[in-house]
Amino acid sequence: MSAPAAEAPVTTARSGGPAQGPRTGRRKPKSSFRRRVSTWDRRYSPYLYISPFFILFAVVGLFPLVYTAWVATHDWDLIMGQGEFIGAENFLHVLGERAFWVSLRNTLSIFVLSSAPQVVAAILIAYLLDYNLRAKTFWRMGVLVPYVVTPVAVALIFSNLFGDRFGLVNSVLETIGIDAIGWHSDTLPSHLAIATMVNFRWIGYNALIFLAAMQAVPRDLYEAAEIDGAGKVRQFISVTIPNLRPTIIFVIITSTIGGLQIFDEPRMFDQYGRGGTDGQWQTMTMYLYELGWTRSDFGQASAVAVLLFLLIVAIGLVNFIITRRISSSEVKR
Amino acid sequence: MMRTTDHHHEHDEDHSTSASAAPLAPTRAAGPARGRSRVLQGVALTSVLTLALTACGGSADGEDSEDAAAEGEDVTLSVTTFNEFGYEDLFEEYEELNENITIEHNKIDTAENARDSLRNSLGAGQGASDIEPIEVDWLAEFQQYPDRFEDLTDPELEDRWLDWKYEDAVLEDGSLIGYGTDSGPQAVCYRADLFEEAGLPSEREEVAEFLGDTWEDYFDAGREFVAESESAWYSGSDNIWQGMINQVEVPYQNEEGEVIADENPEVRDLYDQLLQASVEDELSAGLAQWSGDWSDAFQREETFATMMCPGWMLGIIEGNAAEVEGWDIANTFPGGGGNWGGSYLTVPSQGENIEQAKELAAWLTAPEQQLKAFEVVGAFPSTTEALEADELLSSTNEFFNDAPTGEILAERADAVETQPLKGTEYLTINVAIQDAINRVDVDGIDDPDASWEKFVNDMEALR
Repeated sequence: MSAPAAEAPVTTARSGGPAQGPRTGRRKPKSSFRRRVSTWDRRYSPYLYISPFFILFAVVGLFPLVYTAWVATHDWDLIMGQGEFIGAENFLHVLGERAFWVSLRNTLSIFVLSSAPQVVAAILIAYLLDYNLRAKTFWRMGVLVPYVVTPVAVALIFSNLFGDRFGLVNSVLETIGIDAIGWHSDTLPSHLAIATMVNFRWIGYNALIFLAAMQAVPRDLYEAAEIDGAGKVRQFISVTIPNLRPTIIFVIITSTIGGLQIFDEPRMFDQYGRGGTDGQWQTMTMYLYELGWTRSDFGQASAVAVLLFLLIVAIGLVNFIITRRISSSEVKR
Repeated sequence: MMRTTDHHHEHDEDHSTSASAAPLAPTRAAGPARGRSRVLQGVALTSVLTLALTACGGSADGEDSEDAAAEGEDVTLSVTTFNEFGYEDLFEEYEELNENITIEHNKIDTAENARDSLRNSLGAGQGASDIEPIEVDWLAEFQQYPDRFEDLTDPELEDRWLDWKYEDAVLEDGSLIGYGTDSGPQAVCYRADLFEEAGLPSEREEVAEFLGDTWEDYFDAGREFVAESESAWYSGSDNIWQGMINQVEVPYQNEEGEVIADENPEVRDLYDQLLQASVEDELSAGLAQWSGDWSDAFQREETFATMMCPGWMLGIIEGNAAEVEGWDIANTFPGGGGNWGGSYLTVPSQGENIEQAKELAAWLTAPEQQLKAFEVVGAFPSTTEALEADELLSSTNEFFNDAPTGEILAERADAVETQPLKGTEYLTINVAIQDAINRVDVDGIDDPDASWEKFVNDMEALR
């Protein structure tokens, strides 16, 4: 991130500075210094005002990102520090480990199981909240409660619910004649349980974002649709959803970024926090943590971090392209 | 000590703020994303600090510590412990004895998290407490970094501990990395009421007799029990494994530190013997130690009848089995004696108050204080004087049917014959093999052979 000021100024570079409108001659021309200052002011101050974010991002976001890539190319021990330069060896080693691929599978699986239902459920909940309910604010605040509860507490409650032997969920299943499910031993059930925790936390939050977008949909569109004989469902599909498109893109992209980095919930899903005896629910961030802090190999941990970063960028781009394709294929209003 | 009192894992990579790398949506990404950006910052910060440290030649010898803490000046000492060391009252006592000293207690939930936290501080060159605990299973691992710890050798204290307890903490160059806190001689805890229901002897001496001398005797007793009872013989294979593996002289790594765990016939035989008993003969309740199901099971009708019991386990059983009557403790242990767990107090070199920290560590591990910790949490002493003390030998445990726990555990400590050679990777390897065992016994996703193959792969990755 170079200094923003070095980028091309917004105004076209006319030596005369700002456009000189017709002068009436009633005011004295400004001194050239003052004029220059005001020119600078107009040209560069916007950059100054947005610079704090970029400076902060460069220090705490970009620098660690680049430094991680640097660490990844070295033999690097947590305690002994930097070793020799070994190029792509860390990457090759990690890519050759079964645990890496298992964690990749788990990450994607938990991501899909949590993100897709999350967006759908959030839109539906938002649609319900958009009605003229009684005690509107109460309901709207209510959906945000799970988001406020700390993930640790959520994980504790849920891991009890999903206990293999004495958990509430299995007890209920057994009373209706279904066999107990191995929430902590089988791969897919463990992913479902973790996705449930994630959804519990994020659905309400996303519902509020969708709700805000829905409130911005012009009400006369609904009236027109109603006059044309569209029912509630048809209105929802033909009016609400198209108007929500930008918000949907936003939520999908942010869910992708967050969902692929999932750590808290799977880490606290059992007593050890390693992701199961066979890595059934070990996600990439957990694998990274294990490499870096348990095995103290920072080089390999950083290599996983870099790969995860690339994965997020790739999936984010795919998301973006697909959603844009969908939105542009629709008839523009 | 190796206990997990709850499943709550807090991570300690709390460096600076959490910045999301997504300008798009800081809020959303600050959720789950926090883990990674924190890790990244941890990486960056640690590396920067490491660089800084190596740049100044790592001369963190605490040369200025003596001036910083001249006699009588107010000093704050920080002490980290994990689980229950039983030190809370001792800290207060020490503060009263030393007007100028204030103690900050940093309590970590599990041994593994304590280890991660210490590794982190050593890597960063800062952040460690003045006194840090090290558990025997990861002692060798930290002995690889002798320059990061103060040498605690003190001629006056040399004969304070049991020989093996002291020797374990001595490095190659003769320096001493830590003062021993507790030890974990094991007896067998059992449910007298369940024994009785199954028509088996239930008195302490009779039970010791009935359980026999070897592991196979113990399993045979179990086969007899499960034939007559709805309950299992033990909670899960991992509990038994700790008893077994702590009797193997050279389990996972040889003298040279090479990983031999997957080629060691002794380890494989125990593994097969255990899983045969657990799964084929259905002696195990199939519960993973420390899990929610495991804690719950203490209160259930169909539970389990025996447990490997180091001193510190008594408090855990009492906590989980509150209101349950019938627990007792037998003065015996399959395969002879065995020690499970126990810790050391070390003084990291990066501290500001080395001398005062040494004094405090020496005081905390003195016989009188070890006895007080035993009173409070059952942490069994490791000093010879405390082991012979009357108050230890005469102590009884109300919950365990007023058993003379002090006497029993002291005898169990005498029965300990081997102190296994625990290498630098001991913890990692033991975790891997526990996972292998639990894949078969708890999860039921592999048969013993398939699970062993995965363990072999884990070992390959370590080499």
